[in-house]
Amino acid sequence: MKKIFLTVCFLTTGTTAMFAQKYMTRTGKIFFNATTPSSPEKIEGVNNEVANILDTKTGDIVFQVLIKSFKFEKELMTEHFNENYMESDKFPKSDFRGIIININDINFTKDGIYNAKVSGKMTIHGVTNQISETGTVSVKGNTAILKAKFSVKLHDYKIEVPNLVADKLSKEATIVLESELTKK
Amino acid sequence: MRKIILLSFLFSGVFTLAHAQSDSLMDMLNEGAAPMKKDAVSATFKATRIINGSSVENLGAGTLDFRISHRFGQLNQGAQNFFGLDNATTRIGLDYGITKWLMIGLGHSVLNKEDDGFAKIKLLRQQKYGMPFTMSYAGSVSIQTTPAPQLPAGDKWLFTNNLYYTHQVLIARKFSDRISLQLMPTVVHYNLVDSTKFSNNTFAIGAGGRIKVSKRIAVTGEYYYRITNANMQYNGQPTYNAVSIGVDIETGGHVFQLMVTNSQGLSDRSFIGQTTDSWTKGALHFGFNISRVFTVVKPKGFKKPVGKSWE
Repeated sequence: MKKIFLTVCFLTTGTTAMFAQKYMTRTGKIFFNATTPSSPEKIEGVNNEVANILDTKTGDIVFQVLIKSFKFEKELMTEHFNENYMESDKFPKSDFRGIIININDINFTKDGIYNAKVSGKMTIHGVTNQISETGTVSVKGNTAILKAKFSVKLHDYKIEVPNLVADKLSKEATIVLESELTKK
Repeated sequence: MRKIILLSFLFSGVFTLAHAQSDSLMDMLNEGAAPMKKDAVSATFKATRIINGSSVENLGAGTLDFRISHRFGQLNQGAQNFFGLDNATTRIGLDYGITKWLMIGLGHSVLNKEDDGFAKIKLLRQQKYGMPFTMSYAGSVSIQTTPAPQLPAGDKWLFTNNLYYTHQVLIARKFSDRISLQLMPTVVHYNLVDSTKFSNNTFAIGAGGRIKVSKRIAVTGEYYYRITNANMQYNGQPTYNAVSIGVDIETGGHVFQLMVTNSQGLSDRSFIGQTTDSWTKGALHFGFNISRVFTVVKPKGFKKPVGKSWE
């Protein structure tokens, strides 16, 4: 009995590893906007170096991004973003480790746009939170484009907005993600 | 019972596997990744000046900095002059970052009707792993534009009498998030000094630093010690080494620097060698610098993505 269990266990992992199908990119995009409606200038940044990998078999998905590679419209915003808010020397990376729950609904061999439910742990500014969001997966040949839009409360990640800039900097950031993965 | 143990064993196995899966994916991402760029340390100081003198900070490329510096009269002038507030001098300046390692600036000071210009070049950048300090060169020239003095017949007043030059090497290290220190070996050349008794060159070593007390507030200090020519007189008065303490307050696009200093002069040549007030006599000046930056050329790399999904 014990042996059977163990064999089954080994076999399943073995097969998963053998037939694992990975999709990957290092040039995914994240755009965020944290501007209040009253702000005269837009507080938004973009990162074009998002690393992202997806296992289409298990639905496991991982994102990773270097905070210092966020670009801004103004040099000073870059400095403040890194120094005062994200503390990128202390917390150089943000990441997400999660799973596409409905991975079985997505057919990676058939072109089309599929809805995806994602759940997992997002770490920003050294704080990890469990999140669940929805997005789309557009399959086209050997590529899969992941898209998602969601918002993040800065307070949840211990990023404080001082009163002094509260009329410009929103307490909640909208995050848009677009990542074009290719089959490995 | 045995089954339960087995089942729990199995589940724990599955759980570790699932956990290991996201870890191994993360490892795959890290494996092929380009090696971390040699991480340059940023924001050693909040502003391009520590108090009176230059810090190793440069403006970003395409950034314009409008600076107003104010030094009030001596605090010990008493109520008659409202503790110095009646006798203020000002410098108005415009600095511009040409590249991320080269900035230039122009300014005009009320004191001595002085025009000055400077250039600051970043030579080495402190790195997280590697270069232990940042090094810059700062050079400035100043022109006094007060009217030429009445000279005895036959003597000629040369335009070059109005010129002063300063060369500095700035060496700074950000020791931690909070603490940064800077040393600045300096030479000031005075084309005209009070008397032939004094050298035209003053060698000095400056030391400055900051301690951040919060994310947006830092306490600063700056001291210029003259190695040679310390006995130089200026307008017949003895001169002292410039000592300043201050506070930096950052508010979004502005940096306010408040300070108490024994120097009323704002140009390099005047505070390093021509400070005629002394801390021990209480002849101190309260002052502030206000800096407001404007983005003239937008940094490369920021391009808002276009398309419906980005709206």
